[in-house]
Parts: sequence; structure tokens; C-alpha cells
Amino acid sequence: MTYHNPQTVPRQSATFDDYALSEIRRAAATGIYDIRGGGSKRRVPHFDDLLFLGASISRYPLEGYREKCTTSVTLGTRFAKKPIELKIPITIAGMSFGALSANAKEALGRGASIAGTSTTTGDGGMTPEERGQSKTLVYQYLPSRYGMNPDDLRKADAIEVVVGQGAKPGGGGMLLGQKISDRVAEMRNLPKGIDQRSACRHPDWTGPDDLEIKILELREITEWEKPIYVKVGGTRPYYDTALAIKAGADVVVLDGMQGGTAATQEVFIENVGLPTLACIRPAVQALQDLGMHRKVQLIVSGGIRTGADAAKALALGADAVSIGIAALAALGDNDPALDDEYRKLGTRAGCYDDWHEGRDPAGITTQDPALSQRLDPVRAGRRLANYLKVMTLEIQTVARAAGHNHIHNLEPEDLCALTLEAAAMARVPLAGTDWYPGKPGASGF
Amino acid sequence: MRTIDLTKSNIRELNEELHRQGGGANEDSWEVLNPRGAHAVAVGVDAPISISVKGSVGYYCGGMNKQAQVTVHGSAGPGVAENMMSGKVVIKGDASQYAGATGRGGLLVIEGNASSRCGISMKGIDIVVKGNIGHMSAFMAQSGHLVVCGDAGDALGDSLYEAKLFVRGSVKSLGADCVEKDMRPEHHAALTKLLKDAGITDIKPDEFKRYGSARKLYNFNIDNADAY
Repeated sequence: MTYHNPQTVPRQSATFDDYALSEIRRAAATGIYDIRGGGSKRRVPHFDDLLFLGASISRYPLEGYREKCTTSVTLGTRFAKKPIELKIPITIAGMSFGALSANAKEALGRGASIAGTSTTTGDGGMTPEERGQSKTLVYQYLPSRYGMNPDDLRKADAIEVVVGQGAKPGGGGMLLGQKISDRVAEMRNLPKGIDQRSACRHPDWTGPDDLEIKILELREITEWEKPIYVKVGGTRPYYDTALAIKAGADVVVLDGMQGGTAATQEVFIENVGLPTLACIRPAVQALQDLGMHRKVQLIVSGGIRTGADAAKALALGADAVSIGIAALAALGDNDPALDDEYRKLGTRAGCYDDWHEGRDPAGITTQDPALSQRLDPVRAGRRLANYLKVMTLEIQTVARAAGHNHIHNLEPEDLCALTLEAAAMARVPLAGTDWYPGKPGASGF
Repeated sequence: MRTIDLTKSNIRELNEELHRQGGGANEDSWEVLNPRGAHAVAVGVDAPISISVKGSVGYYCGGMNKQAQVTVHGSAGPGVAENMMSGKVVIKGDASQYAGATGRGGLLVIEGNASSRCGISMKGIDIVVKGNIGHMSAFMAQSGHLVVCGDAGDALGDSLYEAKLFVRGSVKSLGADCVEKDMRPEHHAALTKLLKDAGITDIKPDEFKRYGSARKLYNFNIDNADAY
């Protein structure tokens, strides 16, 4: 009988896993940092870690479908002469023409208008397609100021001063040469085919005192009609919210690290910024400390997928939520029906994030005319409207179950947390206890 | 001529009046008294009118201007004529930082000195400065012309795109990807016109050097990493 030394099975390092090794090989071969679209893909504490308590003897529920649960939201009640009225508390986040095809922008406008909500422009300026199809359009005022002009500013229904975004707080926009088509180049006043790096800071203001004057200028140009939003990435949400309020914002938009981008460095997306869940309570605290909760509205974005996610954000004190990646998925991004084509690009349906390359088989994150034509803006818009309506019904379902006749009556007391991390971040009790880490008056462990 | 005295009217009333003008049938000559450093003076005007501001202004005077001719008989705070579309803004004194930022058209004339970041991110505006300009001027400038009759500070034209820069005096240092270029006949002609439009008659185009983008950072290359 032959004797074999018993061997251990092959074991991969948890630290040097497949992804880490592949990234080292990729960097060594190409000499460029990894650029991709989307938001953080790592697991972070999220709305999944919260549960609603529902009604009981101490609280009674509302009758589904019969007792009203209102979902309307008014944004810009602080200073704007013409506040925005939305039917639902879900808006479409800023995404540029350039990053997205004209058909995709049109589809977002159509879907949002059917559902009764707003869309938002992006780094590429305002296109006629989007203005034409969006009943309510928010015009972003970005560091790059591509295409910025007073006529479009006046055509907008609200103005969003973008300080940062969750995927890359502290970083500027990026649009690589493959997507700088003639039309994109003309709108941005740039040479065709260059790797466009947008500035990360505004060219003509820095800090909260300047921002206050900048907001004054924008209000003067637009006769104090438009609500002015200030969008920040999730970094120091208490101070950023307080400073935005101080600078005169009507609305604060707060974007956590799961929020998407058209393109930036992987190192930025995965390592800079706060999870959305960790942003909301500090921001609401700032609003409450300044007596501005519900007077200055808070829109939260970054990883919102379902009505449950939205309802949890609202219960933590947000006035509305905003979706980007989810809206693209509703249009048809990363659809399994296109899996063969995604595999030809070295990825698979559900994982595709090389949006900067402009080769999107779904025709959404591309400027290629043939690919863009694959997206039917009418059908895709209808899909987005359906999805928004389902989310709204889900929010209402949860709100009624908790006994609320308006979605803004959802409150932190409706929630509990499944993990210590989520309990600490959301400041709601760990399930089955009356305690969360950092609770005032509690001694801790 | 209509006169608005900012000790009696506020900025909202001034801009509201100016925004009502347009189409030629209105008052085409305006005088603004006692600005006393007010912000957002004559912003968002879209009419072929002339506005004479008698004193110094704060931030963003003439911001997003279209068609109007704004003259400030004093100095201007940060961001004068920011994102100007067309028309002309003239500053008789000095201008603070970000003068003409992101401007897309029209002519900005600064008869004194301009501070740092003059012409930052400019997108088609023409800027003529009779004096000197500060550091980081024409940062990421995309198109248009910046003419400096005096000296330029550090890092002129950093990360420049296609804007054309003309400096008569010294340049303390050039920013990443900005280089001196030949002055060809078309540049000479453009510079001659700009000096004339700015009312400068005692300085010749031959006295300037031209600077522009080396276009080496237009597409990413790891071997240029030191410049990023």
C-alpha cells in the first residue's frame, strides 16, 4: 500500500482575495487607476438593517386602500416664490447628458412626469429633450458650469448648487474621451475626444460665506422664484446641513456613498464618504437644532431601491428621497436579457459598471448612436413610471401599517435596528431593546 | 437716463428694474449710485442698455450678463462678470479674484489689476487687463482670450484647454500643460482687435507673448502622473 502525505485543501487569503489580486494585476498591466461608474459596492450598514414595528395595541393602523395616506411633498417653502409640488416623495437624481444618452434623459423625463416628480440635469447642461419631457426640472449648478446660461436657469423649476456627491465627495466630474461626441463637446465647449476632468471646487466661491452670496446672485438672476437646493456628499452631514441652511438653501440634498456616479476612480467610490444610513440623523439633527426641520427640506439619496428604503429614510426625518442607479435599472440597465452582450464586455448582467466606456448594450450610458437607439424613450419612461408608482404604494403600505395618514408622519419611533451598527447610525433601538449605542442617558455596555 | 440710488432702493429693486428692460423701447441708459460694495449688482441683465455704477461693488457684479454694457467707476469684488454671455463689463479700478470666471462671451475690461484666478474656467469670454493678474489665472480655461498688459502670477494657464493667453510683461511661472507659443498673424490680428475694443491705444501687439495648451494632458497617460 502506497503512503500519501495528507494535504490541506488550497486556501485563498481573505485579504488577498480574487478581486484584490485582479486589481493588482490590472494596475500593473495598464498603469491607470480603475475608473468605473455606479456607487460603493462594498457591504455597509443600510436600510436592510432596519425594520418597521408596525401597529399594535398602542398604535392602530390605517385601512389599506380606503383610508388616505398622502404622499405629496412641497420643496422650497423657505424663500422661493414658486415652490415645487411633487405627487410622490421620490425624485430623479442629477445625471448628465453626456454620461447618459439623449434617449435615456428623455425616458427619465417621461417617467418622472407620469409619476408626478422631478428630474435633474447634470454636468452636461440642459437638453431640449429633457426640458421638453420633464414637467418639473431641477437644473444643476456645478463646478464645471458646462453649458451654464441665464436662459436655462430661468427655464428651470429649481436650481441645485452641487457641492459634492456621495460616490466622490471632494472629487470632480469625469467624462472620458470615448463619450465626448460632437454634441457633448459643443455643449461643454471642449475639444472632441479628450478625457474631460471637471473641477472639484466651484470656480467663483469657496466656503459658506461665499455660498450665501452665490445663492443671492442666483436668486437675483431668477427673481427669487426658484427653490435653491444645495447638494452635498455624505461626509460631515451635521455641519454641511447647518452651513447650507445658514447660506440660505431652500432644500438640502444629501447623497451617501452608495449613490452613483457616471465615472470616477474605484478608490474614491469605495473609500471616501459615509454610508447613507449614517448621514440622515446628523442632518436632521442640524435642521432641528436650527429650528428648520420641515422648513428647509431634506432629500436623501444613495442606495434607495424600494419603497421600504424610502419609507425608512422618511421615518429618519428626510422629506423626500432621490434615485439614480435604481432609475437606470428601471429603464433597462444591467438587464439579464442582455447578459450575452455584457459578457462580451468582460462582465455580466448585474455587474456592468464601465459606464465611462460608452459601450452600454442597453443604450443608456452611451453616446454611440446605434446603441442609443436601442432605448425606446416612451417604453423606458413607462417602466420608470411603473417603478416609481410601485415604490410609492410600498411607502404608503408601510406608513398605513404604522398608523400614519401622511408619509411625513413616519418617525424614528416606527423603527428598530437589526445590528448594533445600524442602531448607532440610525439612532433607533436594537430590535427587542430600548437601547442604541450613544443613546443619551444610557451608560453603554 | 434713469438713476437708482442704492441708499434708497435695494438690490432686488435694482435688478428687477433692469430685468424689465429689453427690446429697445425702454430706458437705455442707467446710473447706479452708492453701491458701497453691494453684491449681485446688475446681474442677469439681458438688454442692450448701458449701466454706469458710480462706486465699488461686491461679489458677482454683472454676473451672467447678456448684451448690456456695465461700467464700474470703482473696484469690483470677486467673480465680476462671472459666466457673462455677451455685452461688455468695464472695471475702472481693480478686480478681486475669479474675474470673468466661466464667462462664455462678451468682453471684460479691467483697467487696474486683477487678482488670482482671473479667467478661471473661461468658456469663450475675452478678458483684457491693463495691469497685472494674480496666480492660477486661466486655470482650466476652455476658450476665449485673456490679454494681460502687465505681469502674470504663478501657475498661469494650469490645465489649460483651448483658451489663448497673451501677456506683455513677465510670467512668474506657467501651470501644468501651459507653454509659450508662436504669435502667428491670426493671433496678432485678434490681439489688435481686443486692445482696440478695450480702448487701449498706447500698447502694441508686438510687445506680447502668447501662451496656450501643450495638449499633453488631454488624454490620460501614467507617465505624466507628476503633472496631475
